[in-house]
Amino acid sequence: MEKRLKNIILEHSDEIIKKWLEKLDQSKIAEYGETISQESIEQTNREFVNVIFSNIESDGGTDDLHEFSEKIVNLGWPLGYLTEGMQAFRSVTIKVILEDIGETNSNDEFLSIMEGVNDWVDPIKNRLINEYSHNWTNIVSLQKVALQELSAPLIPVMEGITVMPLVGTIDTDRAKLIMENLLNGVIKNHAEVVLIDITGVPVVDTMVAHHIIQAAEAVRLVGSQCILVGIRPEIAQTIVNLGIDLRNFPTKSSLQKGFRTALEMTGAKVVSESESEGDEIENILNSIEKE
Amino acid sequence: MKGTLSNVPIAKELDIVGARQTGRNIANDLGFSSVDQARIATAISELARNIYLYAKKGEITFQQVEGVAPVGLKIIAKDNGPGIKDISKSMIDGYSTSGGLGAGLPGVKRLMDDFDIMSSDEGTTIHVIKWLR
Repeated sequence: MEKRLKNIILEHSDEIIKKWLEKLDQSKIAEYGETISQESIEQTNREFVNVIFSNIESDGGTDDLHEFSEKIVNLGWPLGYLTEGMQAFRSVTIKVILEDIGETNSNDEFLSIMEGVNDWVDPIKNRLINEYSHNWTNIVSLQKVALQELSAPLIPVMEGITVMPLVGTIDTDRAKLIMENLLNGVIKNHAEVVLIDITGVPVVDTMVAHHIIQAAEAVRLVGSQCILVGIRPEIAQTIVNLGIDLRNFPTKSSLQKGFRTALEMTGAKVVSESESEGDEIENILNSIEKE
Repeated sequence: MKGTLSNVPIAKELDIVGARQTGRNIANDLGFSSVDQARIATAISELARNIYLYAKKGEITFQQVEGVAPVGLKIIAKDNGPGIKDISKSMIDGYSTSGGLGAGLPGVKRLMDDFDIMSSDEGTTIHVIKWLR
């Protein structure tokens, strides 16, 4: 029975493809056409139907499905394209088979045709959906890793001074990472002063403040000091409204001001070159005058 | 534009960011200043985090209201969690049952204009309003 159905499908493949493409044109996939060129849709549709047929011919033993679903993910097309395509294929195939067999009065035969077609269509559909979601979760987890790498960088700018710029939302996982990187970095770089820059943190609520206070306290325990910089005016107001006590460690409005303070704390100073040159010339002049 | 503007379910930590972003956009659309936007975003952050931390699940609803001022943003944080045992204590600065700073609820009260809290062992509902002045 199954072989008979398979032969019918393969014999009528041209007809099925034609009807399938027509059906797909009428369905929602045409709506994507606003952003995607008609040509690209037609090409992908043809590829889709070829993948389905090559799977029927080889009884599901090809890697086409994997490649094709990866392509759909990369194109950014919704999962609905795949499910709709498979549903259209199912109804077109059943119609073609029934037309080929001719009149059937027996319900049993009709049911067995339905079952036979479902037995092909469903595994392909399931595999496509699995591959699609697998590809999708793969992308998400890759992005997570990429984000984590950006999460809490520690930049040694001078001997004894390091900067940690924080950008984006701080959640529990990130707070842990910040603490770890901060302490490891302080010890590795022999930092005396660490500047934590929160210019890029959109909201400082009690949890974020709590984590920053804890990190600063931990830094103090390993013998260094923290300066909190990049506090925007609106953040300063919300911190005061919340009643968060940041008296215990120095804060500055900008990284620039914080850096100057850090230099003072490490006993260094920024001296303008022209000024020092001027001083030198004056010294020379003075010494000449003395002679 | 009146009544409920948006509804954000809170079930995972990332939802807090979503609620905050939605709230900030609505506050911006209603014409709040950037300082008030920061206040509103921070208050939402506290309320959403309380839901996530203590009740696990709940939702934040945004409504446009009329009253003391012609335009106000009402934020309703609702959950079916265990409730707050002692509301008066939870409103004292520095009181926390989770080892936090204990500035969340009293902080939200100071960040917003109106503050109303109802809690029983069937859940907690907090209404806060910021008026556009």
